[in-house]
This record gives sequence, structure tokens and C-alpha cells, in this order.
Amino acid sequence: MKVGALALQGDFREHLAVVSRLGHDGVEVRTADEVAGVDALIIPGGESTTIGRLATIYGLMDPIRDRIAGGMPVFGTCAGMIFLASGTTGADQPQLGVLDVIVERNAFGRQVESFEADLRITGLSNPMRAVFIRAPWIEKVGADVEVLATVEAPDGGGEHAVVVRQDRILAASFHPELTADDRLHTMLIDLAEER
Amino acid sequence: MDTTTEHGTDRVKRGLAEMLKGGVIMDVVNADQAKIAEEAGAVAVMALERVPADIRALGGVARMADPAKVTEIINAVSIPVMAKARIGHFVEARVLESLGVDYIDESEVLTPVDEFHVDKRSFTVPFVNGAKDLGEALRRIGEGAAMIRTKGEPGTGNVVEAVRHMRLMNTQIGWLTTLGPDQLMNAAKELRAPIEVVKEVAASGKLPVVNFAAGGIATPSDAALMMQLGCDGIFVGSGVFKSGDPDVRARAIVEATTFYKDAAKIASVSAGLGEAMVGINVDTMPASERMQDRGD
Repeated sequence: MKVGALALQGDFREHLAVVSRLGHDGVEVRTADEVAGVDALIIPGGESTTIGRLATIYGLMDPIRDRIAGGMPVFGTCAGMIFLASGTTGADQPQLGVLDVIVERNAFGRQVESFEADLRITGLSNPMRAVFIRAPWIEKVGADVEVLATVEAPDGGGEHAVVVRQDRILAASFHPELTADDRLHTMLIDLAEER
Repeated sequence: MDTTTEHGTDRVKRGLAEMLKGGVIMDVVNADQAKIAEEAGAVAVMALERVPADIRALGGVARMADPAKVTEIINAVSIPVMAKARIGHFVEARVLESLGVDYIDESEVLTPVDEFHVDKRSFTVPFVNGAKDLGEALRRIGEGAAMIRTKGEPGTGNVVEAVRHMRLMNTQIGWLTTLGPDQLMNAAKELRAPIEVVKEVAASGKLPVVNFAAGGIATPSDAALMMQLGCDGIFVGSGVFKSGDPDVRARAIVEATTFYKDAAKIASVSAGLGEAMVGINVDTMPASERMQDRGD
């Protein structure tokens, strides 16, 4: 199976290393032709404003939207989750709008508040070590979105979704690609194999 | 947060630099410049009092930026904000950490205060340090640096030193990978670097942290050159805001960094860019003016 990672900016190489580890063909995606050629797509961590801006300039927004509408599985981590979402609580930025959630960027605070912790995720037997870096959380979840994991706000402001799934769209606000735990990537590949 | 929560681990510190890869970090001295940089697609900004070219021109002691300026820049943008502290000045570093800066650059561009570098492991905020060669990079990583950049020769608009530093780094990493376990202690001695990190690089064939290019990058082609030499991303200091048309040049450097292998794309973004910053010949520069020799 050919699994692409959007390679405009961010840690796409770490994602592709996971894909190879799982025995699949990982490819960098920078053009509309490359979007057309993959069985599943990963939107990596990075700076969501930069990724959105470059994707707009290079005419990738509609090709990616069309593939997702056609059923291609997609997995976004951190900036990737923001890029997939329908909006943010802050200023407008280019987003695909395919995942029916509103995200809050840098929700936990600045880099000194970045952290790692064990996280229970629905569908996985044991907790995952989750690395949150200037991470977003989900502020508002749409009707068709299944919440797979939540984290309590540090200020006691309640639970917020950090892993969600809507049909074949999977998103996490942390970075599984920075650990050796491949279970969410396996979930993406299973979604592609089900098709 | 539950009991498994940890802040400021190596993974969390190095991880932010991983997210900046393939991007451009721009020096800014106020909120307006920070917004221009963000709109141009910068992945982060570096807050400082004066860009290196002006520090060079002005002379005297260069220090951390005014906290009011740093806060103004933090409030102006949603991308990460880095700021420079003087080499060895752990109080400036603590001040910047308390302001909420996302990364501290312990930088030779400012005037060093000590022959010792900051003990970066004692901080929650991550640090980036400059390096001229592999040994220097590994010493800084040994002190806790979570990101490395070439030193180059800042404020010159001349990329020759950054190229030299990156080539040397690549050659030395290549050399390490050819050595057997019985040779590594001697290599550590030669590099004046901690043996644990030397072993790690010998095994993996790469630095354990992200390595950006910095020092003298002034054009889209300069940025693409450094990316092709294997850098993970680009710092632009004086190159953007000392040029004729900062807004357009900033965008062009971002695009050249993304499509660094595509000569036609680099040509198109470079066309009609206006005046680049004035360059300085590094060979004829007096030794006392070379910033790269500060800190080792």
C-alpha cells in the first residue's frame, strides 16, 4: 500500500519512517499528481499556518478535499488535526474543513507547558505515551465525530477531545510519530485496507 | 493532569524543533515585522533588539532584547517565538523563559559573558545553539541543547561560512560512521565531545537533534543550497528585513526552502526580488569581528 505524507513542512519524515516500519510504501506528497497517487494520506505535525498557506499556494486544497470526499483515509497529527478541521477558535487560517470540529490552537499554553503523558484511547488495549507540543485540543465536536480520547484541561476546565474519528478521517492533537508506538498509524492502514 | 505527565523532557524539547523542519525562522525586532514574517509563512520568529547586521554596524555590547519587546512579539503572532540570550548568561535565559518564549537561542551574535555555556538541562524551555563543526554541536547537545544550527558568519549576507560549517559537519558524521567501537573513545577525544553522544551519532549517522542553517543566508538560492547540503531548515537573520522588499523576499525564501530541489521554482520566486542586503567579504574581515569564534 502507498501511504503519503504531506511534505510541505513539519515532521513528515518521522511519519514515513513509521509507514516503512509497518511494511508499506511511504511517499512524500507535494503536488496534486502525488495526492492522486496515494491510498492514504498523513498530514504531519508542523506549523499549521505555514502548511495551510503553502497548500493554498500550490493548489493542493481541492485535490486533497476531493480525495477525502471520495473515501481516501487520512490521519492528521497536531498541525494536521488543525488543517483537517472546519475552524479554529482564533483567527482564520487555511483549513480543509473536512473534519467537523472546532479546534483551539496552543490550547495547553506555550512550549514550557508542552508535555508527555500516558493516554487511554478507545479501541487500544493499553495507554499510549502521547507527546503534546504546543498542542491544540478540540473545543467543539460535530454530530458525526467519534471522540476516542480526552485530556483534562490543566486549569480544571473540563475534558477536551484529543483523538477523534469521523468516517475515514482520524486526527490526534499529539505526535505518535515521535514515539515507537505505531498503533494509530496501524488504524489508518486498517481503514485503507477495509476499502 | 495525571501522575504520568512530564514537562521539559528531551522528547518534548527536541520535538518542537522537529515540527519546525522544512521551515524558515526569521529575525524580527518588533510586532510589525513578526506579523510580516508570519504572513509570509515563517514557522517561527526570533525576537531580538537588533538584527546581526545592525549589531555589527553599531558595535558595543549586544544583549538580550527588552522584555517589553519580546512580550509585544509574543502577543502579535500565533507561531512559536524564539529569543536570543548571551552565551553563558543563564539569568537572561531565565528571564526569557519566564516571559513564555518557546525556544532560547544561546547566541554568538550577542556578546558572550562567560567561557561556560548555560546548563540547558536545568531549564524547561528548550535551547538552540550554533556550531561550526561536529565536536562543537555534540558539546552543546551534551549540555542539553535540543536543536543545533550552523554558526555561519551572521550579519554578513555571505553564506560561505554556513556552507563550510555544514560541509565539515557532514564529513565528520560520515567519518564517525566508518569507525569501529574500539575507535570511538579516541574520536570523542579528537572531537572534544561526550562519548555517549559520539556513540549515538556513529550508530545513527545523524545528529540526535534537528540541525538548521544560519549565518549569512540572504537569497532564496542560499536557503535552497543549505537545504540541499542536508540542513533541516533555515534561519534568516538580517537577510529579510535589511533587504529592499522584506515582504516579498520573506515569501520567496519560504518557497525556496519548501521546493529546494526545484531549480525552476527557485528561479521564479527569485525573479525581480529587488535589492538583497549588502554583503560583507568574510575573508578580509578582522578576526575580532568574527562572531563564529565566540564560544566553542
